[in-house]
Amino acid sequence: MTVEQLIPVAYLLAAVTFVLGLKGLSSPTTAVQGNRIAAAGMLVAVVATFFAREVQGGIPVILGGIAVGGVAGFYGARVVKMTAMPQMVALFNGAGGGAAALVAFLEFARSFQGYPVELGPTIATFLGLIIGAVSFSGSAIAFGKLQGVITPRAFRYPGQQAVTGLLVLAMVLLAAAILLSGRTGVFAVAPGAFLVAIAIVALVFGVALVMPIGGADMPVVISLLNAYTGLAVAMAGFTLSNQLLIVAGTLVGASGTILTRLMSKAMNRSLGNVLFGAFGAATTAGVTAAAGADDGRSIRSISAEDAAILLGYAQNVIVVPGYGLAVAQAQHNVRELADVLESKGINVRYAIHPVAGRMPGHMNVLLAEANVPYEKLFDMEQINPEFPRADVALVIGANDVTNPAARSNPGSPIYGMPILDVDKAQNVIVIKRSMKPGFAGIDNDLYLDPKTAMLFGDAKEAVGKVVAELKKAA
Amino acid sequence: MTAEAVVAAYVFILAIFVGFEVISKVPSTLHTPLMSGANAIHGIVIVGAMLVASAIPGPLGVVLGFLAVVLGTANVVGGFVVTDRMLAMFKQRSRGAKPPSNPPRTT
Repeated sequence: MTVEQLIPVAYLLAAVTFVLGLKGLSSPTTAVQGNRIAAAGMLVAVVATFFAREVQGGIPVILGGIAVGGVAGFYGARVVKMTAMPQMVALFNGAGGGAAALVAFLEFARSFQGYPVELGPTIATFLGLIIGAVSFSGSAIAFGKLQGVITPRAFRYPGQQAVTGLLVLAMVLLAAAILLSGRTGVFAVAPGAFLVAIAIVALVFGVALVMPIGGADMPVVISLLNAYTGLAVAMAGFTLSNQLLIVAGTLVGASGTILTRLMSKAMNRSLGNVLFGAFGAATTAGVTAAAGADDGRSIRSISAEDAAILLGYAQNVIVVPGYGLAVAQAQHNVRELADVLESKGINVRYAIHPVAGRMPGHMNVLLAEANVPYEKLFDMEQINPEFPRADVALVIGANDVTNPAARSNPGSPIYGMPILDVDKAQNVIVIKRSMKPGFAGIDNDLYLDPKTAMLFGDAKEAVGKVVAELKKAA
Repeated sequence: MTAEAVVAAYVFILAIFVGFEVISKVPSTLHTPLMSGANAIHGIVIVGAMLVASAIPGPLGVVLGFLAVVLGTANVVGGFVVTDRMLAMFKQRSRGAKPPSNPPRTT
């Protein structure tokens, strides 16, 4: 057996590690191992590929590319703050999509031997190119929205669906031109130019797909684009007749689709609703409805001292963390606050909404970093019946997931989304930087509730001040 | 359909089933790391990028091949490292003061 004959064996090994890795990642006890097993499999596959005949001519290019990409990826992944994790995932996903599109393009250029083209492999090439390019530009937009480079608001315009439809039509026509060339004997298009044109239309389509979606829905979008990239990689695998690419890409495509469905389910919405849905279009209705509540009710603001007194006399406190906590990196201060309260015999629990923050599990990760015990964290279904018995609900930088309009106002864009029943607690303290609306871009009736007190400020500073006041009083 | 294409189709369809089955029950805590881990796995496109890096002769081919390898590597390395960082926080907790009689809740 020559070394080259061993390559498929290495690929098989890698495919197995990917399945085991994904399996491991779906349980808390095996997740770390799962990730490392998959990484080891990846290393085996890459090393084996160096022995392939096709690679021999390009070793310097490949080594250079691995050096540049490796440093960029490692550096990006190490220095990024925990709050910026979602957009980093988007960025790496976009990189994969771009790579898949380039692979499809290069393989087509290599194997092109005049018209007519072979139907099967060429269709796979087009799909890899299109899906990869859509994932690339879509991920870039998702990154921009989460990073705040582009407005996180849903960007909608008249004739949006017509534009999207035309883009799809353009891609189909361009692809058809290449597939039919030489078959009718009438015309033969320039393959390179047409392929580039398809790629450009696909990039525009990716932008058009993600721009109309509001920032609050970005986690679902990233998960979907992740599945897309998987599919694009699988298509590149068909083009190259490479089983490993087919297996790994398809695994991610399938599991990513399931994950995307789980996420939209957590928001009580269908995937179609997320992609083409109500956020943004119905926003005006929601804003008007909330504005109608201006009659007589007003916002009550309190100081850190008052907040400390309110908390100090409570027996049951439920902390509701949100994105504001992540931005301010307030998790350690929150832990300190809980410690002080617990030393006074007060029961402190945390209510975790499935989509609090920018990604599912975002809050769990942050609180885990601050060593908050796991058994203090409660899912929405478990904690909601507890709110009426809570003396104080302390909302830290969470907004839309506490908005009672989701229960009561059918006109609201978030109507029907399950929320934390914060408004049922005896008292509500909301720590918030300003009255700016949340990511869904709608007002929150909770703030007008007479039992709600607003403590304005950065989450870290505000919690720190409350802790200081509590310690002074003790 | 060539025999090779049929085998590829088998692999594709069976992998769909495996992908569906393998993550059927995931606690929502792990959604983010799982997405990130899956993200790293589709970085296998780096193998494809290596195979076509020198597919077309000439400067354009080299530039595009180089770019494909850069993007693929960034996907792989960044994906696994970010996932590892996320998971490190869970590990930290299980190392913590809590006795092992309190296994993490998985709902």
